[in-house]
Amino acid sequence: MTFVKKNPSVLWFLVILAVFTLAVTLMSPGTGTGVISTSFVKTLGKTLCLAMVALAMDLVWGYTGILSLGHMAFFAVGGYMIGMWLMYARTEEIVFAALAKSPIPPTPAELHDGIASQIFGVVGSSKMPAIWAFAGSLPAQLALVVLVPAALALAFGWLAFRSRVAGVYLSILTQAMTLALALWLFQNDSGLRGNNGLSGLQNIPGLNHVPQEWLSIWFFWASAAALALAYVLLAWVVSGKFGSVIRAIRDDEQRVRFLGYPVEGYKLFVFALTAVIAGIGGALYYPQAGIINPAELAPIASIYLAVWVAIGGRGRLYGAVMGAVFVSLLSSWFTGGRAPDVPLGFATIHWVDWWQVLLGLAFVLVTLFAPQGLGGLVDLITGRRAPPRHGAPLGPDTGSLQEREAEE
Amino acid sequence: MTNMNRRQMLLTGAAMAVPLAAPTILRAADTDTIKLGILHSLSGTMAISETTLKDTMLMLIAEQNAKGGVLGKKIEPVVVDPASNWPLFAEKARELLTVDKVAAIFGCWTSVSRKSVLPVVEELNGLLYYPVQYEGQESSKNVFYTGAAPNQQAIPAVDYFLNELGVQKFALLGTDYVYPRTTNKILEAYLQQKGIKKEDIFINYTPFGQSDWSKIVADVKALTADGKQVGVISTINGDANIGFYKELAASGITADDIPVVAFSVGEEELSGLGKGDLQNLVGQLAAWNYFESVDTPENEAFIKAWHKFTGDPKRVTNDPMEAHYIGFNMWVQAAEQAKSVASDAIQEAMIGQKFPNLTGTTAEMLTNHHLTKPVLIGEIRADGQFDVVKKTAPVPGDAWSDYLPESKYLVSDWKGKHCGMFNTQTNTCVQIKSNY
Amino acid sequence: MIRILLAAALALALAPGLARADSLGDILNANKALVEHASRLTIGPVIDKLAASGDPRTEALLKAWGDKKLGLRKSDGTFVLLTRKGGDYALTLPDGSGDGTAKRSDINILRPNAGVRRLIDGALVEFQLSSPDLKTRTEALSIIDRHPEAGQLKPLEASLKAETDPALRARKERLLRLLTIRFGESTPKRIAAIDSFGADTGLDLRGTLNPLLDSHRVITKAGERPQGNVERQLIPGKTITPEAAYDLLVARGDAPARLTPLARRQALEAHIEGGKVGGVPVAQMSDPEARDRAYAALEKAGKVPGAATRHEVAAAVAGHAYWRVYQEADPAMTTAAKAALAKIAVKVDAMQGLDLLIEALSLASIYFLAAIGLALTFGVMGVINMAHGEFIMMGAYTGYVVQQIVPDYTLSLLIALPLAFAVTFAAGVAMERLVVRHLYKRPLETLLATFGVSIALQQIAKNIFGTQARPLTSPGWLDGAWVLNDVVSISYIRIAIFVLGVVFLGLFLWVMKRTRLGLELRAVTQNPAMAASMGINPDRINMLAFGLGSGIAGIAGVALGLYAKVTSELGQDYIVQSFMTVVVGGVGNIWGTLAGAALIGTLQKGIEWLNPSNTLAAQTYMILFIILFIQVRPRGIIALKGRAAGD
Repeated sequence: MTFVKKNPSVLWFLVILAVFTLAVTLMSPGTGTGVISTSFVKTLGKTLCLAMVALAMDLVWGYTGILSLGHMAFFAVGGYMIGMWLMYARTEEIVFAALAKSPIPPTPAELHDGIASQIFGVVGSSKMPAIWAFAGSLPAQLALVVLVPAALALAFGWLAFRSRVAGVYLSILTQAMTLALALWLFQNDSGLRGNNGLSGLQNIPGLNHVPQEWLSIWFFWASAAALALAYVLLAWVVSGKFGSVIRAIRDDEQRVRFLGYPVEGYKLFVFALTAVIAGIGGALYYPQAGIINPAELAPIASIYLAVWVAIGGRGRLYGAVMGAVFVSLLSSWFTGGRAPDVPLGFATIHWVDWWQVLLGLAFVLVTLFAPQGLGGLVDLITGRRAPPRHGAPLGPDTGSLQEREAEE
Repeated sequence: MTNMNRRQMLLTGAAMAVPLAAPTILRAADTDTIKLGILHSLSGTMAISETTLKDTMLMLIAEQNAKGGVLGKKIEPVVVDPASNWPLFAEKARELLTVDKVAAIFGCWTSVSRKSVLPVVEELNGLLYYPVQYEGQESSKNVFYTGAAPNQQAIPAVDYFLNELGVQKFALLGTDYVYPRTTNKILEAYLQQKGIKKEDIFINYTPFGQSDWSKIVADVKALTADGKQVGVISTINGDANIGFYKELAASGITADDIPVVAFSVGEEELSGLGKGDLQNLVGQLAAWNYFESVDTPENEAFIKAWHKFTGDPKRVTNDPMEAHYIGFNMWVQAAEQAKSVASDAIQEAMIGQKFPNLTGTTAEMLTNHHLTKPVLIGEIRADGQFDVVKKTAPVPGDAWSDYLPESKYLVSDWKGKHCGMFNTQTNTCVQIKSNY
Repeated sequence: MIRILLAAALALALAPGLARADSLGDILNANKALVEHASRLTIGPVIDKLAASGDPRTEALLKAWGDKKLGLRKSDGTFVLLTRKGGDYALTLPDGSGDGTAKRSDINILRPNAGVRRLIDGALVEFQLSSPDLKTRTEALSIIDRHPEAGQLKPLEASLKAETDPALRARKERLLRLLTIRFGESTPKRIAAIDSFGADTGLDLRGTLNPLLDSHRVITKAGERPQGNVERQLIPGKTITPEAAYDLLVARGDAPARLTPLARRQALEAHIEGGKVGGVPVAQMSDPEARDRAYAALEKAGKVPGAATRHEVAAAVAGHAYWRVYQEADPAMTTAAKAALAKIAVKVDAMQGLDLLIEALSLASIYFLAAIGLALTFGVMGVINMAHGEFIMMGAYTGYVVQQIVPDYTLSLLIALPLAFAVTFAAGVAMERLVVRHLYKRPLETLLATFGVSIALQQIAKNIFGTQARPLTSPGWLDGAWVLNDVVSISYIRIAIFVLGVVFLGLFLWVMKRTRLGLELRAVTQNPAMAASMGINPDRINMLAFGLGSGIAGIAGVALGLYAKVTSELGQDYIVQSFMTVVVGGVGNIWGTLAGAALIGTLQKGIEWLNPSNTLAAQTYMILFIILFIQVRPRGIIALKGRAAGD
């Protein structure tokens, strides 16, 4: 119980999430009154997945100080891994049914070829690429949801941290990683259907009789549960000694290294752990979205992720969740054509056109004037305040006493 | 978050207070209008192409309402913005069908967006009218393809190259996505069937928005070294064309040296090139089912109405607009004939519908949900319009290419066989739902 | 005499009604359908007849037809030549008499396609070769160049003597030699023509020589040799796969086709008897081996045709010999052509290497130009400016707007370059004052704040200019390309970008090393507090440096817009590459940026050369390489040492 006592926000978060889940359940068309539509349930479920990857981003950036511009790549990779099974298994059902109509039963090779030409006929090919070797097995692909992002993060992180690439360079390097992965996926020859990506993911194999009203709420529950688990896990990770070390790495990597901590090991662990969380988030997100394609891991997606976390407030887990939920819901409201136009007399502001401008400027303003983000509101409510530190720093390094502090 | 939850809780309370009655309360019953969904991106990268189609639909609906609407009711357009975001297409399509309860959706541009919407319209038994030329290899019970299939654009263009221009060696240049990939694969098989050797077909894919074309243009130029007439078949998409044509002009290649036929370059794309650049492109080709410069009374009236509706006398018309024009009018006819706008009734009534197209012939909806369309080959003029140099009789659209081994034996027939993917060799229906 | 009569009689018999020396109008009218919907495949005889009519107006008529100035009057369906006269057309009949005017809508203008126009041009060549007009003669030569024909040899030779223009004369002589290689009357003459070229890299020469070496496949019984000029024998298992060899035999009908899985499946399905096929239960048929057994049993029973076994295939393949035989019958010609092409190939390879180098250099200069502003703001000042790409875009749009106001391309370019600098300089200074200044201590947050500026600017550009690409046209003197030969060439616009890159390199070095601003800037970036103590105003210096970096980006934008396209996403295309250029090269050093651009440019072109059909792969592998490269040299190619490196 000390964990909860030390972190009252965890309890608050779980309670709020539970209430929210219950409310959505009662209003959804599948399990409740149908006040909200299936597509809105899906939107909310997806938002929870985004909150999950924002949590991961907060750990890696807000706590450890690594501004990764590549975490949406892990998110998408998770989606691709589950997507492969969804496509394969769904197609297998169809092909099996079709071949069962012929007088003699199909050979495994015929079945395999049939699936391949069904999946890849769309992109002008009929061979099953080697990377689909495990696509027929759900446990294998579920394992890959975790393993592939982890392996990717470990390989990349090991290379990058070992050669002491840090700060801005690391950000650019992670961005290059996402871009390379996206470009690779864009190629048809890579075997993941190029620009078309994997589609029809909302149809879960074996659950053809279940209507989407139900599937949507099931996925919503799963997303909520995963978010809750991720939150508790990360709250536990950052609350202990481990948390202190990574925060120390964020504030001054050199000193931590001199104190004898294996900084690279810590960073690598955080990088891989967050990649896994992102991958799981993606695996829950894309069956709700229905389609995944390489545009999902364009560098800009990862930058938006950083934007959510920054707007929500770095260095506090609930801040990341608030940022992701607030910005993505607001964004879908503004771009959905539902927001009322603002007539200015000489011109009319259509939000579809101006929302991006607003977002961009909001982002500049938050960075400049409210580095605490939305999470700062919680401080206001709880009455927590930063110590007043005025004037210019006295010493050459950040963190040193400041002029007026010294006077006191 | 807390704030929102409070509101949610209030809502929940309200919902529990009126159990089970909520759905009917929240949606006012609109029985006096018929709703049509318009699912075209109004923001993001595809906005420029798709906004035009949204306007076209609004114009067509306004015209129809002025004529008295359909079945004595007015048509009400429901416009949503999927923002060039493919997952959002599926989400918005679901919203249109379940929340707004539209009778049909007119929308999508890219193949990915169509594939994204497909499972939703099939699940909810909706209707989608898809107005853009595409790669084929698909036929859905719930989709009417009013754009060209490969055999209505690409194959005739290649025939033109082979017969009229005597091209012996082909460079297939495309942007790396599904439409060029599949089209080029079909063309490769077709050309080999026509006796062009594999080594005489050069294929290159470039990313979206490619701007560095010098190497590729030099490669194409080098193809002429064995004394054969070289021709380029371009499935290059959007902005990338500008750099490509500029580089082509800079290297002094004219339409007489190496002809280029494009499948994605129309009146709108050419407006991104200046006068000087257009001068160098005169004589290069494009293949479509419609050109603005076509000289028929229907087209003249259409352009006039378009200019009046948009208030811009310079706005160009293009091929997908004609596709929506045909698709919408056929939907109206089908509704009148079936005396209903229910999805199943329309699906049945659509097949066999005939409507005059804008180029002087008649379009017919076939049993495979594709149209008959004439193929027009145009040469680029210095003013950014096209001179039609060849026009075929209407060609029936073919959902499954006859030139690829995997789809050779597949046909689509939604009337007799009730199957979009029927294997004529094994005489079985491979699947009822389409592949996405 | 008798011969002529006979020929006339024959012509009469073949084409009644057309054989007389008809007037042009008669020929056209008699073939109205063919002319109206002209196709290259059918129009040839009509054009030949027109050309042979001997009418002096033939040239004018053919020319008008090719230029889309021949039409059909809708009212009576007569052919008329058209001359624009205000909004209407003045009409001339084929016989040369005027026939009033007509409105555009009254006339059906004929639009012959390029293939037909080519035939028309071919017929015109004879008239044009000796035309007094230089341009017409040049055009005629281009037509021969594109589509050489045997009949052109004589007229070309005849026109050579009277040719006065030396350049055109040289071209005619070259063409004559090329035509001699193709259509020369004797082998020694043709070989002499081949030898006269030496190792010429011209595409026209290669285009002439290569067809001489065209060969086709011939299959004979083993041990026999085919007739004709044999190129080489194809040996199964070595120069041709046994499968391909067997397929050839099948195609010739010399061997039975292999059994495809589908055919076997259908055969099995056709013979299901009481739940069994060939004695094997149907339920077991999902096993391939069970199918083998069933088919073997059916074959034994004689119910299905026997498929070729592996032995039979091998025997059939071994029983034949496979050859390639030249189309050209004369071995002397093929030997000479082969020798000439071998000589040319060496030179072409060398030239291709040179061309690749030039292309790499050009791409490097484009990357360098896009990155040079960043070298200042990021490299020297250490500020991550994600809006750098949008400054490039602003420069390009400035060029577009200037071109809308000033129609003269050269003048508009001269105005656009400084104006783009001014606009982006101002934007850069504004951004530094309002945003970046507050974040010098928080570099990662600069990244995010400037990203916010970036998406806002991009969307604003979209709102103002739309998402469609805007035209930015280069002046006439930048059109075209510098051509060394048919292999090595580079467009002038790329040369201009290269020159601009060099100029900026010089300017950058001069500013940093020779001016007070550069000195102060270096001081401020190394130690702002110390610099401030020495009387330098760091605020001002930072502002100016940021403005300068942004201004350079603006000028780069004009150049990049000229070479490709102007869209709101123009900056996005360059931003990641630009950062990588700076990082790979090494921060804080302009030479590093240069080296980075050179490395990335060369690498990308190199990979493209290895895999020419997939440009996307080149970009992917290039980025992967950069990621790995940074691991090896985290500080880039040219790393600063000592105190200047800072940390």
